[in-house]
Amino acid sequence: MISHLPILQVIVPLMAAPICLLLKRSQLVWLFSLFASAIAFIISVLLLQQVMTSGVISYELGGWEAPWGIEYRIDKLNAFLLLIISAISTVVLIAAQTSIEKEIPKEKHTLFYILYLLSLTGMLGIVSTGDAFNVFVFLEISSLSAYALIALGQDRRALWASYQYLIMGTIGATFILIGIGLMYQMTGTLNMQDLSQRLPEVAQTRTVFTAFAFVIVGVCLKLALFPLHLWLPNAYAYAPSIVTAFFAATATKVAIYLLIRFTFTVFGLSFSFTTLPLQGLFLLLGLTGIFVASSAAIYQNNVKHVFAYSSIAQVGYIIVGLSTSTITGLTATLLHLFNHALMKSAIFLALGAVVYRLGNVQLSSFNGLGRQMPLTMAAIVIGGLSLIGVPLTVGFVSKWYLLTALLEKGWWPVAILILLGSLLAVIYVWRIVEAAYFKKPLADSVPVKEAPLFFLIPIWLLITANIYFGIDTRLSLQVASAAAQSLFGVSP
Amino acid sequence: MIIGLFNDWVVVVLMMIGLYIVIAHGNLIKKIVGLAIFQTSVFILYISMANVEGGSAPILAEGIKQFSNPLPHVLILTAIVVGVATTALGLALVVRIKEAYGSIEEEDIQHLDNKTQDETEIQATEGDQS
Amino acid sequence: MNFSIEVMLQLTIVIPLLTIVGIILANNRPNIREGITISASILLLFIVTSLYQSLLSGKNVNVFWWDIMPNLSISFSIEPLGMLFALIASFLWLITTFYAIGYMRSHQEENQTRFYSCFALAISAVMGIAFSDNLFTLFVFYEVLTLSTYPLVTHAGTEKAKQGGRVYLGILLSTSIAFFLLAIAGTWFITGTLDFKQGGIFNPDVDKAIAGALLVLFIFGIGKAAIMPFHRWLPAAMVAPTPVSALLHAVAVVKAGVFTILKVCVFIFGLDLLAILPTTQFLLYLAGASVLLASIVAMRQDNLKARLAYSTISQLGYITIGALLATSSGVIGSSMHIATHAFGKITLFFCAGAILVAAHKSKISEMRGLGRQMPLTMIAFFIGSLSIIGVPPTGGTWSKWFLLMGTIETEQWILMVVLMISSLLNIAYLLPIPFHAFFSNPLPEKHDASSSNHESVDLASNVDQSQVQIKEAPWPSLLAIGITTFGCLFLFIYPQPLFDLATAILASGQ
Repeated sequence: MISHLPILQVIVPLMAAPICLLLKRSQLVWLFSLFASAIAFIISVLLLQQVMTSGVISYELGGWEAPWGIEYRIDKLNAFLLLIISAISTVVLIAAQTSIEKEIPKEKHTLFYILYLLSLTGMLGIVSTGDAFNVFVFLEISSLSAYALIALGQDRRALWASYQYLIMGTIGATFILIGIGLMYQMTGTLNMQDLSQRLPEVAQTRTVFTAFAFVIVGVCLKLALFPLHLWLPNAYAYAPSIVTAFFAATATKVAIYLLIRFTFTVFGLSFSFTTLPLQGLFLLLGLTGIFVASSAAIYQNNVKHVFAYSSIAQVGYIIVGLSTSTITGLTATLLHLFNHALMKSAIFLALGAVVYRLGNVQLSSFNGLGRQMPLTMAAIVIGGLSLIGVPLTVGFVSKWYLLTALLEKGWWPVAILILLGSLLAVIYVWRIVEAAYFKKPLADSVPVKEAPLFFLIPIWLLITANIYFGIDTRLSLQVASAAAQSLFGVSP
Repeated sequence: MIIGLFNDWVVVVLMMIGLYIVIAHGNLIKKIVGLAIFQTSVFILYISMANVEGGSAPILAEGIKQFSNPLPHVLILTAIVVGVATTALGLALVVRIKEAYGSIEEEDIQHLDNKTQDETEIQATEGDQS
Repeated sequence: MNFSIEVMLQLTIVIPLLTIVGIILANNRPNIREGITISASILLLFIVTSLYQSLLSGKNVNVFWWDIMPNLSISFSIEPLGMLFALIASFLWLITTFYAIGYMRSHQEENQTRFYSCFALAISAVMGIAFSDNLFTLFVFYEVLTLSTYPLVTHAGTEKAKQGGRVYLGILLSTSIAFFLLAIAGTWFITGTLDFKQGGIFNPDVDKAIAGALLVLFIFGIGKAAIMPFHRWLPAAMVAPTPVSALLHAVAVVKAGVFTILKVCVFIFGLDLLAILPTTQFLLYLAGASVLLASIVAMRQDNLKARLAYSTISQLGYITIGALLATSSGVIGSSMHIATHAFGKITLFFCAGAILVAAHKSKISEMRGLGRQMPLTMIAFFIGSLSIIGVPPTGGTWSKWFLLMGTIETEQWILMVVLMISSLLNIAYLLPIPFHAFFSNPLPEKHDASSSNHESVDLASNVDQSQVQIKEAPWPSLLAIGITTFGCLFLFIYPQPLFDLATAILASGQ
């Protein structure tokens, strides 16, 4: 059993999805999905433990030896990502039933859980597989179910957002497919480990350059790197709240994982960052992304839009961390993957609770909410502080590491820009705080109660994690730096 | 030289046509058609990459010494399935959009969306004043 | 009480936190709630004093909580400067609580539970700052202090309060994140440690340009010290209720700022390095300009609290100058000035609040002739002013004396002149207030409500009546004023313990 864990990680949610069809009652389906996701979470914990103690796990699918067969290869990086995805998925699912009762018509509840599980399958698959083409397949599994999930949103704009996402997402995925094809053409292999060994021989050919360009652009579309981010704000704002909470924490993270995997493992550090001008490009795009998206966030009136733009800005921080191409920088990136997932899922879940009570998340409806929904609003405030990077929250830890990485490089101006960028976060977070605590409720608004328990439990679980991992960084830091070191080929 | 790369040229031309349609056309159905063409170009890229000069189809039979690489064929079968699914989902979305907005022209939809956006914002500002 | 010193040290931070729980539980019973606050502050004062005793007996204490990141820990220790700060803050917390009870009740403020809880949280943060063992711990509590005082600034909930709160939070958070954090990260990167150490943690052969740049970042980043051009938050924060202005913006918050500057100058850079950095001179002149400009601006303020706010900015400049002079008399003067200014300024703010509560007046021009109705308050105001100006028989004399000595020792003649002129300006903007209160007749009455400050609008609905019946402020407030005034005088007569603490700063840990 233990030796089959890598495949079980993906199979469990995949198999659970069709079983949902058999369970008629939506309560049952919910419990079952929660159960499946929890199992995935447990598996990921076991995998992480195994990887941290005994190194890389290689699993040959169907007994076919790599590089001919498909290999599932779990190293520290994958295991870390698997943990993030399955943990967030499980926590978010706790609130799912309560939330979708208000937001999705009853007959579509089963459908929702099936899509959710498939999307989870896709993400877990992308992360665990060691085969480049397999990545594409799982990418499409998660994307297709994501389009459908977003289209389940109440507002008709959800349909339009989903359509736009579908167009952009498919272009991105197809780009990745082209890149993989060209790589195969040059090397005759699809196994990532194999690719990384064979690519250097042919590295100086135009085909490999082209392949690299296609893969990077495709992945950047998926991770909403500025200026390829246009699909994201509406998709996040109009999707059902649960979906937003799940995706905001995981979807872009998976894309960033792909970026790291392709640049560091497959193409290799020197090719990605020295031969090609990726470093300067990432730095530039990351910084512009931080400023453009944070400024855009300030002017939004839909609070989900605010945090959607903030997600784009956070991707900017992550990319800046990558662009340093040092171990510290990569550690900062990986830490921020983890930390940002914690903050954003908490914030979006809290927004889901607001939708549950109020039906919308316009900034003006937040007026006076601090009194009516104290726990939910406190969660948003703490999440927001974490986003700003106030000490004792996770946001500070990753910011500190990013700063150290930049100073290590001697990039003082960039460090200053990063800090100035986080000041913009102060502004957009504070608009919400002011509305919630210092404005009188609208004249025509009906007083509401605190969010139901099934919202509060996952929200506060995540908020506690936000603070806990901001104070006790041992776990996240240890895994992140071990993963970063192994990507650089340094044995910890 | 140019003829030797005939397949590649076809791929590039189809790809450009597809992308152009996606970007330039406002009609949602046409965009999906463009997307399908774009994807098809990639299928051709894979298939032509598999071709081995003088090789036949990859069927194990007597007398066949040289055959094309079967792996890209298999891969692209998967990709075709994915492509079909994407197209189907896209079309389904278009149907829903038509029901919700009464139009499948990008301009109309943007226009309607902007209107709702303005309305909610006006409500919000009125609410603030009251 | 057989607690070990370690436990007591941690209690200083934990007790205010526990108080919050009590305050919230006693939400609807004001008497119990205030009782909890008072007993907590007495307890805190008691603990801090016994810590002071143990410091005198020369015991070294180190408390380590945990590592947030490798080599970055939350840990605490006691040293004389922090002790001084903690003593002042805990003593004045007690006094301010008395004052606040009188003020908040007679002013019928809302949300008093939130007020007292945030107040206690701020005190906990101040204790954390005072006893922090490294720059990182200090930074953490510095941010907690900023955030916990924000609800106090916006307490009134009016548009003006929100505006003030925005400026307050905006400047303090931005400077701390953009400059302070960068400076800390830079220091950590260069030296590999953030521990406070006698003589500084930089190598003597560190690149002077970089260390100089870091110093600039520190001075700008510690926005709480309100060095121009980052001083706007202090006048903006004056929209807060007077007890908040009194304790936090005259004592705890700004003093946390200059305290941090002193800590950085003495224990991060070290005086020897500080003296040879290329940017020190520039920063000295900047602080000097801050002293002069703020005094000039203060003269032009008609709102009493705003005038006091600018006066605070000016006095903070003194302390910064003292720290940057990098001589022992400078540091001694600075640390003594933290104490003497705290007593002087809190007295003035208490008086301003008392006048607001009893007479509903916030404009200086309206206070002519008030000395006859509120003689005690005005006498206290007079003594507080003397202390700020620095003339006998008040404590301010000593600290200003040492600061002047510092400028003379280092031959900073320009700064010496600046300090002298500024003291003259202090006389010009502070003394006329009690003078006119006693010896002038009230201006012809203007009864329109628009002339009175917004804070008093709702209360001064019946202006005529209140004009006639002005009495002294409620007794808890008067008592508080009396104690702090006495403090000003006491520090003149018996400055020895204060002086000993201040001299011990440079001697400690050697």
